[in-house]
Amino acid sequence: MLRRAQTGDYAAFEELVSRMQQRVYGVAYRILGQSHDAEDVVQQTFLSLIEHIDSFRGESAVATWVLRIATNFALKILRKKRGLPTVAMEENDESISTVPHPHYIAQWREAPESLVERAELRELLDQAISELDSKYRVVFVLRDIEGMSTEETASALGLSISNVKIRLLRARMQLRERLTRELGDAATQVIPDHSHEAL
Amino acid sequence: MTCEELLLALNEVIDDQSALAIYHDFADHLVGCNPCQLVVDNIRKTIHLYKAGEPYPMPAGFQERFKDALRAKWKAKFPHAMT
Repeated sequence: MLRRAQTGDYAAFEELVSRMQQRVYGVAYRILGQSHDAEDVVQQTFLSLIEHIDSFRGESAVATWVLRIATNFALKILRKKRGLPTVAMEENDESISTVPHPHYIAQWREAPESLVERAELRELLDQAISELDSKYRVVFVLRDIEGMSTEETASALGLSISNVKIRLLRARMQLRERLTRELGDAATQVIPDHSHEAL
Repeated sequence: MTCEELLLALNEVIDDQSALAIYHDFADHLVGCNPCQLVVDNIRKTIHLYKAGEPYPMPAGFQERFKDALRAKWKAKFPHAMT
């Protein structure tokens, strides 16, 4: 499809847009939390794709390439809003020793399959992910929601693989804690003994 | 197993259950540790919920503006390709 688009076939390009635009919007919305900004990312991403369509050489999947462009635009908007000068993810070394340990440990009251049908769940998930620091949020979005590999995520964000792993773990642990406090069954709560502080 | 090793093993096992075959200490620990089993289960369910969520609907009014912008850009890039 992209090969056809590269020859000037607009119908092929439209098909690519149609297949990818919802994913791009979802990634941008989750990173930025606002529909207006997410729209900007969608538009900038596909305009940029037209501009640079000849440069795609097929080293990665098309979807990965598109999501990488979208993520960079989203990060650019995020940094601009915070008055920060650069667009790169800061590559300061993340330490596993600072990953938060679990505090509230309990079984969930319902299975995820029934929870997804609840209208109020979306609000809880949005709130929880918005509370993550953006450097952890973006890794969680690409890795766990969009299903990129650790290597693809590291490449898209300009991070080392070990940093991606630690940031992902931090995001997972924080989201687990938040959701379990809301969805956990207090009657099943367990208090880890000293040896379990590690987890 | 140190705290750090446990946490790193946790991440790998969440991604791939078969990693338990590599992280023997973690696998042994998990068998007898209800809190750790629950943490693994909680994280798996957390990821499941985020992956299973309905896509965010794109605002209806945006689509037309978006398509117009794409067409204009395409025409500039491939002036002879569009009829």
